[in-house]
Amino acid sequence: MEPTIFGYIRRHSWKEQLIVLAITAASFPFLYWSLNLPKTIVNDALSRPDEPHNFYGWDLDKFQYLFALCGLFLALVLINGIFKYIVNVYAGLVAERMLRRLRYDLYSHILRFPLPHMKRVSTGEVVQMINAETEALGGYIGTALQIPAYQGGTLLVILVFIFIQDPVLGLAAIALYPIQAYFIPKLQRRVNRLGKERIRQVRRLADRISETVSGVRDLRANDATQYERARMSQELSVVYYIRYRIYILKFMIKFINNFFAQIAPFFFFSVGGYLVLTGNVSLGAIVAVLSAHKDLSSPWRELLDYYQLLQDVRIKYDQVVSQFQPRGLVDERRQLDEPTGELKFEGEIEARGVLVRDEEGDTRLDNLSFKIPMPSTVAITGPGGGGREELAMALAGLITPDAGRVTIGGQDLAQLPDSVLGRKMAFVGFPPFVGSDTIEDNLLLGMRHRPLHPYQPSKGEEARYKREQMDTARAGNSPFDFRADWVDWAAAGVEREEDRLPFLARTLEVVQLDADVYALGLRGTLQADRSADLREKLLEVRRAMSQRLESDESLARLVERFDPARYNSNATLAENLLFGAPADDQFQIDRLAEHTYVRQVLDQVGISNELRQAGLGLARTMVELFADLPPDHEFYQQFSFIRAEDLPDYQALVARADPAALDRLDENDRQRLLALPFKLINARHRLGLITKDLEAKILEARKVFRENLPPELSSSVAFFEPDAYNDAASVQDNVLFGKVAYGAAQAPVRIAALIRSLLEEAGLRERIIEVGLSFHCGPGGGRLSVAQRQKLAIARAILRRPMVLVLHDAATAIDAADQSELIERILEAMDGRTVIWSLARADLAGLFGMTLALDKGRLLDAAEQEQKVEPQEAEA
Amino acid sequence: MSLQDDVDVLRAIPLFAKIEPAKLKLLAFTSEHMEFEAGETVFRQGDPGDAAYIILDGSADIVVDTPQGAVTVAHLARNDVVGEIAILCDVPRTATVVASSDLATLRVGKDAFFNLVTQFPQVGVGIMSELAHRLHQTTVNLTDLSAKLRRLETEGGTA
Repeated sequence: MEPTIFGYIRRHSWKEQLIVLAITAASFPFLYWSLNLPKTIVNDALSRPDEPHNFYGWDLDKFQYLFALCGLFLALVLINGIFKYIVNVYAGLVAERMLRRLRYDLYSHILRFPLPHMKRVSTGEVVQMINAETEALGGYIGTALQIPAYQGGTLLVILVFIFIQDPVLGLAAIALYPIQAYFIPKLQRRVNRLGKERIRQVRRLADRISETVSGVRDLRANDATQYERARMSQELSVVYYIRYRIYILKFMIKFINNFFAQIAPFFFFSVGGYLVLTGNVSLGAIVAVLSAHKDLSSPWRELLDYYQLLQDVRIKYDQVVSQFQPRGLVDERRQLDEPTGELKFEGEIEARGVLVRDEEGDTRLDNLSFKIPMPSTVAITGPGGGGREELAMALAGLITPDAGRVTIGGQDLAQLPDSVLGRKMAFVGFPPFVGSDTIEDNLLLGMRHRPLHPYQPSKGEEARYKREQMDTARAGNSPFDFRADWVDWAAAGVEREEDRLPFLARTLEVVQLDADVYALGLRGTLQADRSADLREKLLEVRRAMSQRLESDESLARLVERFDPARYNSNATLAENLLFGAPADDQFQIDRLAEHTYVRQVLDQVGISNELRQAGLGLARTMVELFADLPPDHEFYQQFSFIRAEDLPDYQALVARADPAALDRLDENDRQRLLALPFKLINARHRLGLITKDLEAKILEARKVFRENLPPELSSSVAFFEPDAYNDAASVQDNVLFGKVAYGAAQAPVRIAALIRSLLEEAGLRERIIEVGLSFHCGPGGGRLSVAQRQKLAIARAILRRPMVLVLHDAATAIDAADQSELIERILEAMDGRTVIWSLARADLAGLFGMTLALDKGRLLDAAEQEQKVEPQEAEA
Repeated sequence: MSLQDDVDVLRAIPLFAKIEPAKLKLLAFTSEHMEFEAGETVFRQGDPGDAAYIILDGSADIVVDTPQGAVTVAHLARNDVVGEIAILCDVPRTATVVASSDLATLRVGKDAFFNLVTQFPQVGVGIMSELAHRLHQTTVNLTDLSAKLRRLETEGGTA
């Protein structure tokens, strides 16, 4: 990237800047004209009213002339305003375009950081830089030439105008500028220094915050929160004083400026007045100069602000860009170039004199030389920190040795572009990367290198698509469309579309993730636009379920199915009322009682009071049962309807509530009582609060709720229908279409098994896995366990059938007992190709054809390995 | 069946008889009803013990595995309690319990019970006194039996 912001502007926006300049220049004649007009009005129209007036060829009387001039003045004001509007909009456009480019460039640089450098990069700081600090830069770039040109030009026009009226008045107007020109940069330099400090400090702040976010668990576990609060106070205090000092200086500059601007009329009146009295200058000229001078202060102030902004962004640009140019930045072409010709993965992988140092200069790999024939399976063993990770990464071409080289079939890895390394080879490290996408997206990550088929916009959006493409190109962003078809199925050997899902399922099976994804699929919901035929098939399974339950008495008692005409005693009262699944957060079961429409329905059916009575009964029982338990007791979590912190309120409420006169309670209390029984499950809680009579009324409310549901809420709930698939409910709930009965031994296990066997009988296992594939992994894959993430990363790597697969501590979180089986399965799937696995457990090395034992960055020879085996096994 | 009925059932069990009513109600609230079909296993010999069961309705057999095969050693009927040792200490189930008719039980979970005892020592004291009482009874029985045994041995020696 260009070393200064001016270079960046010149390179990427010179055309736009010229356009801004041209528009600005075109506006000046009109500006001058509008300045001159008051003089004509005063001197011609008013001072000599009775002379004949000629207005562009027309002879006008004195009134016509006056109004013609005034009309012209109005028109000029309008024209000046329009010019300003056009320039502002265009400058804004340039600003946004450049901001977009700048952010893209910086982001693109992150992808090119040398991997060892990543250890020193703070996420918080980088985010702060790309998001916040560039904002000011973009704004500046848009106006980089426009403000000095427009405001400077305006200033100049006004000054020229004043000088033409009278050079002496002109001199008077600029008499004080030298003083300002001396003081202001001096102050500004101090502001600049503080500005630099502020940027650094705010970055530290961003870093602290992001670190706290990731470490809250440990901070609390160590009771270190007060210390962290104090530390944050300290950081904030530093920012506070820096900003405070900046304000003082900034306003000092403003003060000096305003002061000098406002004492200028002193010169006009004294010098100008003298000249008028002596008859050297007309009164009109003085009026015009005074009004021109009033206009002078605004561009002057704008210029001054611009000057301050300029200083600010110069520093910001410098401070941002320098952070994005670490030593050893990967050459851009290594990532952008497409491979030319077919690369041969034949012969052997050879390391010759490989030496790797870390950023402190310590040797991590010490002059390693070895050969690995292809194909083969290789284990790298050794203690943690002994160079295993560096060796694995060097063999995958991810770090370039400081000396020596790694070659595959004679090709130096350091020379190969990412498009070869990232397609023909694969690397799985620790911790594995799982992004906040679906499981499917994460799996296919390694098969999305370049768009294979361009994105086809639909008929209606073609024009908009073209425009978007053009704007993207103008901002120098990626030439590829995100929505295009990127997945290179051919690389995975999958030719036909219908083979894709079975292929993914098989790969998940290799890493033993299929059962997990299947379970996620059972709990998942169908996406509106996909799996249309699956709905019908699942309804068939639901019908098969009905048949099974009807034919088998012992199964039937395990489930209470949904029946629109019956109260389901294994469901909560809320579920019974809604009789559907909430499709958004309007009718969240937890907060159903607060919903206005629900309240309206309850009132209409006339059961609000009965529910409050039930609520009061429940509150009594809860208060009685939980009164002497400490607030953090786990019974609250498991059994209570009232949160521990709310219990005292309810105690008071129970004490003052008169069951016969609940109407007298205030709205707040009534609301609280009403909300309580919504979570009651008859079959489970045995409190006898929901009587048969109340059940009947709730069924009535269920009907009323559905019939009167206002259209704007109709998409907020998906009602349970025996013959329709419910998109808001999970796959297994759709098949079950009911509730597992409480109190029936083994019911959940047996019903789950039944659902599975029915789905498998219907041949839907793969389709359910497909649903599971659309599960969102959460930020950093946090909704999956570490073991699942590791399996996912391995599946991703073997999916595209690399010629060489390198792994480092890739299965460490997986159950120790299962690791060797997993490794065997992966080796089997990679049969005929090369697998190099850096293992934390030396005892697993026996599964591999050869072993490279490392210690302190050196290869151990066979004899040394013998000695090492014993202690290492103990460590594993 | 309401919560109050469950409390009454619990109170009839000697082990819980000395627990004060409010706590007994909490114990009942944290317990659950569990139904078994005839022939279904309630728990199996050797399993870790995680709950006590009180028979509310129906009957069950206690079966012990011996080298000669499974032997039914006792029958359980309404208001009997089984597996209560399991909620007091960590021992595997010493026998298998099988429902011999459709069976309704109240299941008192070990975790809930332990939570209650650790929270309210007086509950523990009540249980301790009941256990001490049982121990005393056992000791008395044992002394009796030992005396009988010795007498038998002496008689056998003279015979």
